[in-house]
Amino acid sequence: MIVPADRATGKKVQLMATCLCDAFFDDVAKATVQVLEYLGCEVEFPEGQTCCGQPAFNAGDWSAARRMVRHAARQFTGSGPVVLPSGSCAAMLFHGASLAFEHEPDFATVSDLAGRTWEVLDFIVSGLGVKTWEGTCAKKIAFHSSCHLRGTGTPAAARQLLGSLRGLELVGHAEPEQCCGFGGTFSVAFPHVSANMGLLKLQNIRAAEPDLLVAADMSCLMHLRGLAEKQGHPLPVRHAIQVLRDALVAERKIHHE
Amino acid sequence: MNTNEHEFAVPHFGQPIDRFVATISGEVYAAVHSASAIKSDKRAQLLAADYADPLKLRALAGQIKQHTLDHLDRYLPQAVASLERNGARVHCAADGEEARRIIGDLLQQRGAKTVVKSKSMATEEIHLNDYLATRGIESVETDLGEFILQIDGDTPSHIVTPVVHKNRRQIAQSFERHGLGAYNDEPETITRRARRFMRDRFLRADAGLTGANFLVAESGRLVLVTNEGNSRFSLSAPRLHIALVGIEKIVPADRDLGVFLNLLVRSATGQQFTAYTEFISGPRADGRPSGAEELHVVLLDNGRTDILGAEYREILRCIRCGACMNICPVYRQASGHAYRAVYPGPVGAVLTPLLAGEHFAQFADLPKACSVCGACGDACPVNIALPDLLLRLRDRAKRAHAALSARGTPPMGGFAAVATHPPLWRAALTASRLANRLPLDWLPVPPLRAWTRRRTLPEFRGGAFRQWFKQRGQQ
Repeated sequence: MIVPADRATGKKVQLMATCLCDAFFDDVAKATVQVLEYLGCEVEFPEGQTCCGQPAFNAGDWSAARRMVRHAARQFTGSGPVVLPSGSCAAMLFHGASLAFEHEPDFATVSDLAGRTWEVLDFIVSGLGVKTWEGTCAKKIAFHSSCHLRGTGTPAAARQLLGSLRGLELVGHAEPEQCCGFGGTFSVAFPHVSANMGLLKLQNIRAAEPDLLVAADMSCLMHLRGLAEKQGHPLPVRHAIQVLRDALVAERKIHHE
Repeated sequence: MNTNEHEFAVPHFGQPIDRFVATISGEVYAAVHSASAIKSDKRAQLLAADYADPLKLRALAGQIKQHTLDHLDRYLPQAVASLERNGARVHCAADGEEARRIIGDLLQQRGAKTVVKSKSMATEEIHLNDYLATRGIESVETDLGEFILQIDGDTPSHIVTPVVHKNRRQIAQSFERHGLGAYNDEPETITRRARRFMRDRFLRADAGLTGANFLVAESGRLVLVTNEGNSRFSLSAPRLHIALVGIEKIVPADRDLGVFLNLLVRSATGQQFTAYTEFISGPRADGRPSGAEELHVVLLDNGRTDILGAEYREILRCIRCGACMNICPVYRQASGHAYRAVYPGPVGAVLTPLLAGEHFAQFADLPKACSVCGACGDACPVNIALPDLLLRLRDRAKRAHAALSARGTPPMGGFAAVATHPPLWRAALTASRLANRLPLDWLPVPPLRAWTRRRTLPEFRGGAFRQWFKQRGQQ
């Protein structure tokens, strides 16, 4: 994974909500805003934003992916940090895009965006220097370290922030490095492989008997909760940023909106 | 390229690997999954225990291999000169057919009837055994796993543990069928019976056939890494030793072996060292009392120089440890035979379409059989960016209009058109809420059906966040 060194940081932040939060998981984008504002950030949401381009990139349609990345680069101008509640979309912008634009004349524009892109937990810890999170969360939590967090600061940041909540117990599970099986269009082009991978992941997570499954990517959580619900045994899932926000609400540090 | 004769046929619909998984037996899945998980865990634990920074070691290994490939025009002639200086005869084979003919001729000229073979993926790649049979030469696999496959008429499903798709009950049944004794599934008994069968072949073999894990350019040493001792028998009993070596096996100097042997064995089987490591410096000679009287080295190209010249060069760093397949979640579900070729898993999904040359499109589905999880890239001991290569091959398949690669993937042009026009995007978000009222499970839209057969969809809440964000701005 190519993670740019010395990424832009600061408290004037642009939020890239991601297409999944735009279409399904609005509360995750909301929690991202609430947490960032609590930390003193001014959050801007560029209205023209859509998708990072990863679905097309992984599907092999790099020409379509480049059109989408170029569009994103036009929406997120400026020099401040761009923050996403998704390790996967962030990785698309700082790693995937660098592959897809290797031989393109506007490579510099894309690397400029890459040099400002942050997954939100990584941003909180490494960008803003927050080391602990106050509050209580009396739950057993299984954390799925999603695949596109490999080589980034997010897994450590997530463990650090979640781990500092009072009463929270992080439980490990077997085969932690194994993928949830989602993989974008992979999940529909390879439905059997994908579902089997997900069911194995669920089985390993369930064996740890968590109250809640937490991740830094709604794509994995969408897949795992979808499989669990279809099985008839729903599994409560939450984005890590929601857990942090909920702790602030419980402590009455912010109001629930 | 010759494809696997025992491969399953490409189905008329669906992705081939997905169809394979839909029908895989529980026994095969269980055997492959548990062996893969155990090997991956042992690899990670041992590397972490033995090295302060295993990532540094693999970066070094990757650099050495890359350097060798970048300067193969220098190292290949050096290796040939060193081998000849040591007394070996060197043959160059442009493709599998030429390699088969060279080996067949060498054996026939010497009247060889029986050859003993130690495990070699290069010989699998050129389908040597079948060819030798057509020339009346019996080739006996002496690696226990390969031997089991040979008596079953089966093919390897893994490059290090070729019989990983079978459990010991199935192996005991094979032995019984093949007249090697009444059913007994104790590993010790199975091994003893195989050994008894092979000993006779070792004694009457006219030649030994091997591959090589490394060929050192400076010293001309061939290095063989095994666990069963069969390669030592293959080398010491017969008068003739033929080694088939892919040109990517070259490393510059003996000192580099310290890096590669340590990484190869830990990555492959989670051992610190294998039971046997052979260093072959040439045929028997004054001052070199062991080894065959005659040593022939066949250097195999078979599509490798084509890869060397293009942007996928780094795949040739591969030292065939199998760590990428052991950790691959798709391989763990699918097993090696799903990949329709000699090299399975992530490395196979890169190598097979590339080695296929002009038949690239026939294997263009393989790079798609991957959720881009990146575990293979993390496991690779020579630091090959396997996920990036798989993604590049998807792009190449798309540009080549390879139909097999496109199967089942929704076209992205329409999505990109909406995603580059914000008013359309916002309209689509609002419209998507209507989907909550539709019986999505029943709609005849293939990607939707593929999703909803095994999973539910979350509630569509398109635009809800935008609305919230705007409203609070106005307050």
